[in-house]
Amino acid sequence: MTLSTIATLGAALSLLIGSGFVLVGVVGLLKFDDPMTRLHAPTKVGTMGIGMLLLASLLASLAKGEPSIHELLIMAFLFVTAPVSANFIAKVTIHRRTCETPPAPQKDSTWSTLDTPDT
Amino acid sequence: MVRVYNWLFPHPLLTLILAVVWVLLQNDVTAGMVVFGIILGIIIPRITAVWWPDRPKSFRMGKMFTYSLMVLWDIVVSNIHVAWIVITVPNAKLRPAWIVIPLDVKHPEAITVLAGTITLTPGTVSADLSSQGNSLLVHVLHTDDPDAVRDDIKNRYERRLLEIFS
Repeated sequence: MTLSTIATLGAALSLLIGSGFVLVGVVGLLKFDDPMTRLHAPTKVGTMGIGMLLLASLLASLAKGEPSIHELLIMAFLFVTAPVSANFIAKVTIHRRTCETPPAPQKDSTWSTLDTPDT
Repeated sequence: MVRVYNWLFPHPLLTLILAVVWVLLQNDVTAGMVVFGIILGIIIPRITAVWWPDRPKSFRMGKMFTYSLMVLWDIVVSNIHVAWIVITVPNAKLRPAWIVIPLDVKHPEAITVLAGTITLTPGTVSADLSSQGNSLLVHVLHTDDPDAVRDDIKNRYERRLLEIFS
């Protein structure tokens, strides 16, 4: 078995695993009924799902004999930016009070999202 | 000599990251690209120096590397865990919870890394910071024991981050 065969098989396997996680993420998005629990499903798609798909792309480029490492960059940027968007969706949910009200923090008076001026 | 070094590399880590990202973007490791990456890595930190006046004084690269590997492993493990919850646990039996994590880390950078880590490991999403920055609000998808999750995050991630940004 040559290196390119192994890389192709690896790419196929990571495609399967990645799309499996994307599928589970979508199922979760449709199944859960609360905005906050629904937020948990896309975080899975954004990490393992996309990660495995990019790994497949990396392995496929290796198999073709023209190695590419752009995928590592995509993964790095995605891992840095994904929590920010999740955080903003959570903040909107808290701000519009469409979820259960969170418990008060221990030291400070309130959460920064709920800390709005009265007027 | 030290002054020249400080003038050229006000933020050595940023210089390194910029050079590496530039080479990766080119998808081509040649001497010219490396040199151009280092030039970018010297110019950009000098121009943007105004925006990071209070950056952490010490940053341990080696510990950050092992921390990243640990987080990657945790992402894989908890992904499988959450996928199992999504498939098997019906909505009525799902027990989501808010947990409040009192923060010991004080650097904004360290809090950002901690919040990012919490969100990246599926099953927990960091939702909000308290108004003075002393607590972090985290939402857990399904747990029987919220206190255990809080202690786990504090022991596993925050303790290491305290060492990295000490």
